[in-house]
Amino acid sequence: MAEPLYGALAEFGSPEDLLAATRKARAAGYRNLDAFTPFPIEGLERILRLPRPAISLVGLGGTIAGAGTALIMQFFVNYDYPLNVGGRPIYAISAFAVVTFELTILFSALAMLVGMLWQNGLPRLNYPVFDAARFHRASKDRFFLCVSAEDAKFSASETLAFLSGTGALSVELVPR
Amino acid sequence: MSDRSNILPTRQTMGGIADQLTGIPLHFPVERRWLIAMMFASALLLMLMVSVVELFTRGVGIWGINIPVNWAFAIHNYVWWLGIGHAGTLISALLLLTGSEWRNSLNRFAETMTLFAVVCAGIYPILHLGRPWYVYWMFPYPATMGVWPQFRSPLEWDIWAVLTYLTVSLAFWYTGLIPDLAAARDRATRRGWQIFFGITALGWRGSARHWLRWSQAYRLTAALAVPLVVSVHSEVSLLFAVGQIPGWHSTIFPPYFVLGAAFSGFAVVSVIAVSLRSWFGLGNLVTDDHLDVLGKVLLATGLMTGYGYVFEVFDAVYSGEGNELQTLADRFTGAYAWTYWGAVIFNFIPLQTLWWRTVRRTGWRLLLISVSVVIGMWLERYMILVTSLYRDFLVSSWSHFTPTFWDWSTYFGTIGLFLVPFLIAIRLVPMISIFETKELLHEEKEEEQHG
Repeated sequence: MAEPLYGALAEFGSPEDLLAATRKARAAGYRNLDAFTPFPIEGLERILRLPRPAISLVGLGGTIAGAGTALIMQFFVNYDYPLNVGGRPIYAISAFAVVTFELTILFSALAMLVGMLWQNGLPRLNYPVFDAARFHRASKDRFFLCVSAEDAKFSASETLAFLSGTGALSVELVPR
Repeated sequence: MSDRSNILPTRQTMGGIADQLTGIPLHFPVERRWLIAMMFASALLLMLMVSVVELFTRGVGIWGINIPVNWAFAIHNYVWWLGIGHAGTLISALLLLTGSEWRNSLNRFAETMTLFAVVCAGIYPILHLGRPWYVYWMFPYPATMGVWPQFRSPLEWDIWAVLTYLTVSLAFWYTGLIPDLAAARDRATRRGWQIFFGITALGWRGSARHWLRWSQAYRLTAALAVPLVVSVHSEVSLLFAVGQIPGWHSTIFPPYFVLGAAFSGFAVVSVIAVSLRSWFGLGNLVTDDHLDVLGKVLLATGLMTGYGYVFEVFDAVYSGEGNELQTLADRFTGAYAWTYWGAVIFNFIPLQTLWWRTVRRTGWRLLLISVSVVIGMWLERYMILVTSLYRDFLVSSWSHFTPTFWDWSTYFGTIGLFLVPFLIAIRLVPMISIFETKELLHEEKEEEQHG
């Protein structure tokens, strides 16, 4: 056994080729797959059977936290330092609406964006696929399919041969 | 939708777009023009610094404000700048949600415009404070004096609205930028650029899992940004509308302000689109079709703003209230009638030429109309502030406002505060969204093949 592998990477010239190859790989029994593309490809997540992300739940959590923080803050401030201005109510919900609304949006948006980065494991400046010779084109005009070395069916020579058979422009092994 | 015509020329390749757009920061093509623009902008910024030092040393008395016109350029330009900022978020968020493909070539610099316009707006209330070093009193922190900020005051809402708007706009802008920073990282050859883009791209690798979560987060943030825009400018208009002053105390104010904001903002987006297109030869990405759409949006938002003008008159007349009618008459014929009629002329007269297709599709014409709108909207904010304040209920409190040199220098200085970071941003990051443009190009090519 040579150095440990991350997986096998195949390069395609168009999203259609990538989708077709991914379907073939699923049909051939590969389960631990990932794709690298210059823009989001519609339908790819269904073929890869990726779970639906839970970003909206994170956002909902942020919403509740933001609204709660804003309301508690404003009620407390007016409780701790009550100012009677022309006999107007101390706990004026309508006057609290604007700040509550703003903080709801602020907390929710930040929660989702931080949550997205967190779930994606970013920032992580280096990653095995970056060592692949042609990977720099994944941000330009090439579409990559990666079979992980942890896949049950993975075997360096067979997987490479399989990927070449799907019409890939190039295939290579990525060291871990 | 096979009957839809393409907005991007389909003969270009994805790789070509990536090289062209990452090439702008990586091999900057117009070094000299950029330097000249930068020198001009820095001079304006320097003027702002001098004005601010003078203001902090001598106080707000150096401005022309006094009782009764105690708000003038500071709040007037605050509203004006904030309004300009709004179109950026509307273009990027609202049009993302409605699936308008033409936004892809415009959203990045529109969002960048928003960021710096909001900064320009945000410094004004602070400058206007009188004792700006106490600005932190606006924040709720456990002070030894035991005093908390007054959350029932619209002036306190301001700081929350502006800071939220700035933070969310920044987060939204950066999220959309990450995949493009990765594209620039992969094209960079010089070590400095590799490090800069390598760190800012956060290690983005375009994995299908990443895109899935990213798209969801991006869209949901956009969905939050749209009501945020409406709320922020409504909040600004409430600063006026909750007061008793005739000409301000009106229910039309929130929608009127929001639409006027979008109107002026789209005008600035058009100015930037036309300028960048000719500077960097981006005619293949910001096409005549884009200008056409911008012209239509400008016309539509302009007509909606016009409705606000009509309704303001109706509101005053229908109320039958003496002071309201007096303010209306002052606007038409008073000492500041030039701001009212200036706003009407600059906002709506050149705008009407946008009904013609050839006008919308010609860069320099759209540019001139947009500049006219920007001036018109500036006059409108002047009109709303000063014509209401200089004559309110009591004759004994009538007086005039004349801007001083420092009013003007601070105002022109903020244009430098806008331009300097904007020019730096042009130099550092791709000014047109690379991956979204490629996505659109791919869709269009697919449609062309399959009919």
